[in-house]
Amino acid sequence: MPELPFPLPTVQQVIFSMIAVLTVFGALVVVLAPNLFHSALGLVAAFFGAASVYIIAEAEFIGVSQVLIYVGAISTLITFAIMLTRGMMFGATSPRNRQWGTAAIITGLTFLVLVAIVSSVPWPAVGEPISQGHEIIAGLGRAFVNEYVIPFLLLAMLLLVALAGAIVLARDYK
Amino acid sequence: MNWSDALIQLQYDLGAPRELSWLVEGVTYFVGAFILANAALVLALLLIWITRKVISRIQDRIGPNRIGPYGLFQTVADALKLLSKEDITPASADKISYLLAPVLSVVGVLMALAVIPFGPGLIGADLNVAVLYLVALGSLGIMAALMAGWGSNNKYALLAGFRVVAQLLSYEIPMVLAMLAPVLLVGSMSMQRISEAQSLYLGPINLGVGWFIFLLPGAFLIYLIAALAEAEQTPFDLLEAESELIAGFHIEYSGMKFAMFFLAQFLNSFFLGAIAVVLFLGGWQGPFAGQIPLLGPIYFLAKTFLVYIVIQWIKGTFPRVRIDQMMQFAWKVLVPLALALITAQMIIMKLPLPIWINYALLLAANLVVVAAVLNILGSYFEREQVRSKRAFAPRSLIGTMQPVQSSSGD
Repeated sequence: MPELPFPLPTVQQVIFSMIAVLTVFGALVVVLAPNLFHSALGLVAAFFGAASVYIIAEAEFIGVSQVLIYVGAISTLITFAIMLTRGMMFGATSPRNRQWGTAAIITGLTFLVLVAIVSSVPWPAVGEPISQGHEIIAGLGRAFVNEYVIPFLLLAMLLLVALAGAIVLARDYK
Repeated sequence: MNWSDALIQLQYDLGAPRELSWLVEGVTYFVGAFILANAALVLALLLIWITRKVISRIQDRIGPNRIGPYGLFQTVADALKLLSKEDITPASADKISYLLAPVLSVVGVLMALAVIPFGPGLIGADLNVAVLYLVALGSLGIMAALMAGWGSNNKYALLAGFRVVAQLLSYEIPMVLAMLAPVLLVGSMSMQRISEAQSLYLGPINLGVGWFIFLLPGAFLIYLIAALAEAEQTPFDLLEAESELIAGFHIEYSGMKFAMFFLAQFLNSFFLGAIAVVLFLGGWQGPFAGQIPLLGPIYFLAKTFLVYIVIQWIKGTFPRVRIDQMMQFAWKVLVPLALALITAQMIIMKLPLPIWINYALLLAANLVVVAAVLNILGSYFEREQVRSKRAFAPRSLIGTMQPVQSSSGD
């Protein structure tokens, strides 16, 4: 093989770049689409991209949970809210106001800060290969019912309270 | 030996250079994905043929028998007809979601193929979260239905889209809870490990009949009912009740785009059957599957087709339910039943007893819970029947000449 002037990208890098393009495209659609439903679809694409990044990093459990919770539950909820709101269906419905310029500047600055932080941290180039994926999930499960049982139960309680509150708010008093 | 290792080794034997290992791996996975996805599309033709034959036998008809042997190529002819049909896009449809929805619905179904173990070592990707992955894929189908319903710009399609979401989300909960039962028993979410766990050794010979349906019949029943609803099959097919509800979210679709939704539906019912086979019916396990590896895929496909035929049998036999009955059945019967089964199983598995007593207790708990629920349901329907008989009793008005009693349904 002849010597290339630059190292050939690995398969992982190529796939990561594709996913990154998809995620950034989805995120841009969320912000820029004139139609609110298209924004919701862009959000789904961005969630999928994030899940794929987790899967590339061999954290399948987090990736699949991301799809399950964010795409399966939260995006559906958002879509429903959009569809059930009158006048939100077609045309330019995205809520945009005069402050978009300011928001763009602040977002750009935040991005620069993040880039500076991420590039200054000495990340380990090659981590330990995760061979025992099964053990990780089992460990997660054990942590939930042993060390972190009280925070876990409190979170469940919070969700239950939110659910009951939603029912009380939506109830039709006669 | 894994299929991917075998294929990589084959490429090296054919003279692929060692430096290009990334290319070799890429080709391997591409070939695997290509074969699986295309086999699934060919499989759909066979599935539609099976459905037509089974249903026509139930209805005392012959079914397709003109094109090809036993009418096998009827579906091919239908596909060609659909391809040549005019492809209409409604003028006021939202183009992006309208065009993307059929694709997304098929993709979501095909992705399930990646984790289905066809035999020992014959699995696309042995994820250690495979069961969760399958559940997560369901959300793609929901998004596709919503996009189709909203993108068509038709209020009936939109209402049907809401109906789809309500049904799929409701039945996902009992289905996940039922899938949890074998996962708890094995202690792993990997499909291959669940298949391997259902062996039954008699001395050194693997009889391969340690299927979880013998331990968890209740969970299997819940899974099958929920899978019928997830696959939009009768008795829960009011998502595409052509005769009553002007079809469903795909009312505005024609030609091949319409065929895509149907393809997704048929493949989905087949794959849900395949998951039932992996979780409860032993996967590729069977007598002598350990000795002769070729038997594995044969057993697996035979069982899956059997489950598929049972689903079609149900389709030909049962009437369609109303949406309120369907939702009540999910939330008031299936979810409490599944929760009771899971709780019983968790308690039984923690008892310090010999393993076979645990298994016997598990089976007994399943049977008791299912029997109790059936008993309650039976008495409920008995009361309901008496009530509806009184409400709809035929009364002859001829000859009595009395003013019609106002009988508002009680």
